[in-house]
Amino acid sequence: MFGVIFARETGFGVMVGRALYPVSAPKPHALPSTVVRDDEPLLVDSARSGNTSAFEELVARYEDKIFRLTSNITGNREDAEDAMQDAFLKAYAHLKDFHGESRFYTWLVRIAANEALMRLRKRRPNHFSLDQPIEGDSDLMPRELEEWSPNPEQLYAKSEIDNIVSAFVSQLEDDYRIVLVLRDVEELSTQETANALGISLSAVKSRLLRARLKLREKLSRHFRQGALN
Amino acid sequence: MNCKGVIREISNYIDGDLDPVVKQELERHLEHCEDCTMIVDQTRKSIKVLCDSRPVSLSAEVRARLHAALRRKIDHNAS
Ligand SMILES: [Zn+2]
Repeated sequence: MFGVIFARETGFGVMVGRALYPVSAPKPHALPSTVVRDDEPLLVDSARSGNTSAFEELVARYEDKIFRLTSNITGNREDAEDAMQDAFLKAYAHLKDFHGESRFYTWLVRIAANEALMRLRKRRPNHFSLDQPIEGDSDLMPRELEEWSPNPEQLYAKSEIDNIVSAFVSQLEDDYRIVLVLRDVEELSTQETANALGISLSAVKSRLLRARLKLREKLSRHFRQGALN
Repeated sequence: MNCKGVIREISNYIDGDLDPVVKQELERHLEHCEDCTMIVDQTRKSIKVLCDSRPVSLSAEVRARLHAALRRKIDHNAS
């Protein structure tokens, strides 16, 4: 089925005009560096032992990010605000149950994702399934086979790129969107994503693959060479 | 491995989550297929763009409501 689209496939030893991209070993998609600051464990310990201002500092640190998460999942402002608020209140009430088996932020994401999912399900009963197997793979066929501008970052301001990405996320199918957001925005591992959603690893991976391919296609329309001409 | 096989494994490959034998087969394909190489590269960049996107700040109103609710909860627990 790729025959047509990949008609230019060269086979061993035959090269066409374009230069090959360098083949480099992939860096495993890194886990948060930006999210966790060094003093977080101290702050969490302090909050757990009853220092309420330490907890408020944690809230202030993550409120924007948690609101983005609940917005990304619910796609509805009111639900997102409620889910965010209830997530922090729940986290406060259950702080004693957090024993540092994951990062604090991951724990918080899990609570917030549940709050947001509950609200999304209420609005769309039976509309999406996170663990139903995806039939076939004809949808995997890549479109948009054009090279990107060498520096797409220079074509757009950072805020424009953020807008493109956020519009893409909001238009994605519910189940793809939820998985993509937990894995590639919140930077949970695939296993943590599966745990947070109570679904199998393979259900996460099949949705993540499709969501990532769609993201590439969407960005290709903006980042291809001469996109602005 | 053919092109379709690469696309099917692209996400696992980027995550460094492939069996070494499969990874080797995939990389052997990339050595001679520029389309797949481009797709791998662009997909990796796409994930980075998504990952680097910044959250919008909460409005002052929503933030005030959140912290007021939190205060109530804290005071309630303390009493
Ligand atoms: Zn190929």
